[in-house]
Amino acid sequence: MIENSISATQAVVTLDVALPGIIWGWIITVNMWAKSIGTGVVLVGAYLFYRHKKEDMPSLKWVIPTVSFIALNIFLLFTLIDLHQPYRMINIFLHPNWSSAITVGAWMASLFTALITVMMIVSLLDYFSDFRKNCVVARVVRANSIIYDKLFGFVVFLAIPVTLYTAIIMAESSARELWQAPTEMLQMMWAAFMAGSAALIYFSNNWAVAVRKDLAFVLAISVAGSFGMYMGEYFFSFKAAEAEATLEFIHSGGEYFGQFWTAMVVGFIMPFFMSILAIKIDNKVVLKVAATATLIGLYMAKDVWLKIPQLLPLS
Amino acid sequence: MKLGFLVDLNLCMGCKGCEIACKVENEVPLSSWRLRVKYLDVGVFPTTTRNFTPLRCNHCENAPCERVCPVSALHYLDNGIVNIDNERCIGCAGCIMACPYGAIYMDPETNTADKCTYCAHRIEGGMMPACVTACPVEANIFGDLEDPKSHISDYIAQHQNNGGVQVRKPEKGTNPNHFYVGGGNQTLNPLAHKRIEGYSLFNNITHLKHVGQPNHGIIDRFMEPFVSHDEKGGH
Repeated sequence: MIENSISATQAVVTLDVALPGIIWGWIITVNMWAKSIGTGVVLVGAYLFYRHKKEDMPSLKWVIPTVSFIALNIFLLFTLIDLHQPYRMINIFLHPNWSSAITVGAWMASLFTALITVMMIVSLLDYFSDFRKNCVVARVVRANSIIYDKLFGFVVFLAIPVTLYTAIIMAESSARELWQAPTEMLQMMWAAFMAGSAALIYFSNNWAVAVRKDLAFVLAISVAGSFGMYMGEYFFSFKAAEAEATLEFIHSGGEYFGQFWTAMVVGFIMPFFMSILAIKIDNKVVLKVAATATLIGLYMAKDVWLKIPQLLPLS
Repeated sequence: MKLGFLVDLNLCMGCKGCEIACKVENEVPLSSWRLRVKYLDVGVFPTTTRNFTPLRCNHCENAPCERVCPVSALHYLDNGIVNIDNERCIGCAGCIMACPYGAIYMDPETNTADKCTYCAHRIEGGMMPACVTACPVEANIFGDLEDPKSHISDYIAQHQNNGGVQVRKPEKGTNPNHFYVGGGNQTLNPLAHKRIEGYSLFNNITHLKHVGQPNHGIIDRFMEPFVSHDEKGGH
């Protein structure tokens, strides 16, 4: 008899129409993943500008805002399509509730995207100086290209809260105990550094060896940091009973056990050793494979972490 | 005035009259519930009992749904009710993620979040919520928690000794205005019981396909304002 095997309470739910399980699904995973790239390239790019001469990475100035612009627009698109009333997105700006991290995040992300757009236009026109040479608007923009440097510091600063606000949304999701940990904020930062360095690696072919080694270093450190935190949650979590019950979905025999460990191996363990190797031998192919594996693994890990708390019955 | 609810689980007989009354009163679509009654079988044969727990929005004083709603579609009324404005809701589902009680759902017809409002429209007209009037054993008790002479205040006063009055998940700090008498860990704590395939009274429950369903076509969400009610499936 089943009730005999439930030693704690001997209680079985025999009728309860559970509300739909996963509400925030793959669309939100793409949303978070793309945002990590969008802010990560800015943060990692700023680190590279600090560490190296511009001549060592000639395309970096336009690569940062251009990659960020593309990633942020994917992020915003998926934010929009996840809404059940997408046309009412405007209400966030017309009727903002400032206690909501969704509102604060939407405003910050919109401002961030606007500034990145300006920087992208300026840097592209500056870099490709023959493009629209006689166009009045292009000439005016080129004459004021100093605006890039003036905005850059503020954009780097803004990239931090834009990276972190998703962790605050998760913290406000009181029903999902697993997301309540302050470590979520640090995980968001690690994710941004992982995705940012991985994205920049694709453009680093003609950059100086020292720059590529630095990118590999950032990638190695960030995947190691993030992996360590995931393992901390996995093996040594001292959270509430709900979080423990949630983690059962990724423990042995759990529904997401396979995806979680695939993500850990592909996105964290493999890239770590490949990055270390790339630092030693400066192999561009190895570095790009590490970058690709990181982006795939990061998506899979975020997907698991997003979905498993939603599988827990709340009633 | 602070309106609250109390359910005496010793009286509830699981007839689901409240559930149906709620559905009819609020025109809750198929495969959605503002109020539902959970059945829980406890014990080992022959000493088994079946317990019934009506579940609805707890109208928390510190409501996570109200805090996370980006457009204040979820808001407090002066009488303490956490109300929802379907015209303003953007359908982000942040409230569904935030509610520790699983009391909010995405309405498949309006594509907006919805939940129990303690029948705010009926209260405004001086009536009791539909579930209260439908309950044949008066297990649902509703009234002003700030009025010491109200039936609910009196009921709480009578039963509060020795932990006789409980709320769901007090550790969440939401301060619910929804109380239970005769409940216990097994009935109120979702981790204290199991949900096992094949042990439900009804299996293979069919959910209708609709625009509000998760993972349903994204294009449908954008087309929804331009599609007539009949074309959507005529719910």
